[in-house]
Order: sequence, then C-alpha cells, then structure tokens
Amino acid sequence: MKKLSVFLLFVTVFLATAFSSDVPTPYKIGDKATDFKLKSVDGKMYGMADYKDAKGFIVVFTCNHCPFAKKYEDRINALAKKYKPQGYVLLAINPNDPALEPDDSFESMKVRAKEKGFAFPYLFDDGQKIYPQYGATKTPHAFLLDKNRVVKYIGAIDDNVDSASDVKEKYLENAIAALESGKTPSPETTKAIGCSIKAKK
Amino acid sequence: MKYLFYILFLLSFSNAIVAQKVAVFDNYATLEKTVLGDEKTIYVVNFWATWCAPCVKELPHFEQLNSENKDIKVVLVSLDFKNQFESKLLPFVKKKLIKSEVVLLTDKDYNTWLPIVDKDWSGSIPATLIIKNGKKFFVEKIFSDYKELNDYVNKIIN
Repeated sequence: MKKLSVFLLFVTVFLATAFSSDVPTPYKIGDKATDFKLKSVDGKMYGMADYKDAKGFIVVFTCNHCPFAKKYEDRINALAKKYKPQGYVLLAINPNDPALEPDDSFESMKVRAKEKGFAFPYLFDDGQKIYPQYGATKTPHAFLLDKNRVVKYIGAIDDNVDSASDVKEKYLENAIAALESGKTPSPETTKAIGCSIKAKK
Repeated sequence: MKYLFYILFLLSFSNAIVAQKVAVFDNYATLEKTVLGDEKTIYVVNFWATWCAPCVKELPHFEQLNSENKDIKVVLVSLDFKNQFESKLLPFVKKKLIKSEVVLLTDKDYNTWLPIVDKDWSGSIPATLIIKNGKKFFVEKIFSDYKELNDYVNKIIN
C-alpha cells in the first residue's frame, strides 16, 4: 500500500511538471500582463514602465512578412499617432524567429520602419520570451492593457482586413473608447485569420 | 508540323481537364453543409492560403495523403483574399496540379465561423480539421512531413 501511494505521488508529480512547464497559459481578460524590455529599431530599449503617465497600452504583435500584417501596417501607424496624445501608447512587437523567416530579421525591421515611417517603437522579441506569455498565436494580434497592465481587450484591430474604408466595426478603437470612459469593452475578444508565429520546435 | 498542332491541341485540352474548378463560399456554415456534409466520409480539412508560406510548404503532404490514404477525403479550404482569387489562387491550383478538392472561403465574420471549426482557434494558419461521423478534431500546427501527417490522421480516425 505504501509502495502504491509513493508510486501515485510520483505519477502525480510527473504529470504536474510534464504539463505545466513549457507553455504558459495565454492571457485572458482581467489578467495582469507582463512588462518587457525589448530593443526597438532605433537601437533603444523600450518597456511599459518607461511610460509613467500612460492611461493604457496597445500591444500589437506584428511582423514584416505576413500579408495580413502588411495590410494593417498603415492602420497600426495611424492608431499610434492618434492615441499617443490621448495617453495610450502603442508598442509593436515582432515575435518571429528570423532564422525561420528572414524577412523578419531585426535589420529588415529597421528598413520597414523607415520605409513606412513608423511612429511607434517596433520591438524585436529577441529569444521569443514575451509572445508566449501573452499567448499571441499570430500576426497581427492585438492586446489592450490599462495603465496597470490589466488586459482589457484581445483580438483583431477591426473587422475588415481587405480594406480600411470598408470597416464596419473598429474593435480596438471601440475598446479604447470603453476603457477611456470606464466601461467594459464590448466585445472583449475577437477572432481573425493571421499568420502563425514562427517558432523553433 | 501538322502533328505538332495536334499535340499542342491535345496538351491544351488535357490541361483544361486537370485544372479543377474552385468553388467560392462566403459563409462557412454553408461550406460545411455543402462540401463537408456527407456523414459516411471522413474529411481532412486544411485551412491555408497561397500567401501563407508554411501552408504552401505542407500542401504536398496533404496531396499525398489524399491520393494514398483511401479512408479519407482531403479538402483544402483557401483563405486567400477575395480579390486574388483569379490572380493568385487559380493559377496556383493549376500550376501545382492540385488534385484534392480546393474551395475558397471569403467569410469575414470570423467571430462566428472560427468557433464553429474549433472554440479555441485563434485564427492562425495553417490549421487542420478532421471530421468523422460529425465529430471534429482540430489542430493548429504545421506538419513537417507526410509521415507525421499520416500518423496523426490515422491515430484520430482509428
């Protein structure tokens, strides 16, 4: 009997460690998101702690190569310009491993940022430590956080990837408006197609 | 010279036979009912797009699966942009001589249709769905070779 219980304990511990180790649980609405310190295309390091007066943060996982992400580049840039004066800081993070997707190298990020005149820090998730904690799975993938880094919205930027002028619902902007007026965003999460994040197995 | 024309004529004709027609759906529920609705068939459904490099890379494994695994039917659901149907998708299907059934899905109401495929699907592609007896088995992953895909499918359907 004692042997059996020792065995069961062993099995339990084994199972617990086997399934809890590598993959963090993706953030849900209400979770507190981790801060980071990542290098931007200007060579400086950025994190949310740098913005003491921010009312909130728009964290967008995006990249150079993905056609879906490309279609949103100008819209992301416009969001950054529009909301910075209002106290909402947009931080874009490229989560891809450049070994698997050369277009997403740090050098290519610099080129892209210059070409498009990015008005936001375009950060490189070196070592791919940050995106798994957020539970980002694709590009683009947006997270809206309040000033205490509590997750308020997860999902798409709007409801029409093909054409900005045909958008009916601006999910992310609506969520910011809700946050601004102390309401709960509706919807709090949305779904959209995107390119899977390229990570080594 | 006469023969050459004859051969060219035959070639162009055979080409026309090989290039399959691609049906277009603007609603996933309709697609599921129309293309994936036969209860006696086991479907292996791959969500892909010509612009998705890892998807294109794993397509040959699905083509091989379709021709070699007689228990299943492969359906390739393209999520290409609607305005690239004729400029990108059709030429791709023709050039690669794709034999598995290809359909284009242009349903933009992701919040409705992605959860019908799988409640946890974030929308990242490639992704693969197996339907057996109306039951769904979904996985968001890249199959790096044919064996990996075939083993996975066999494990689920048997």
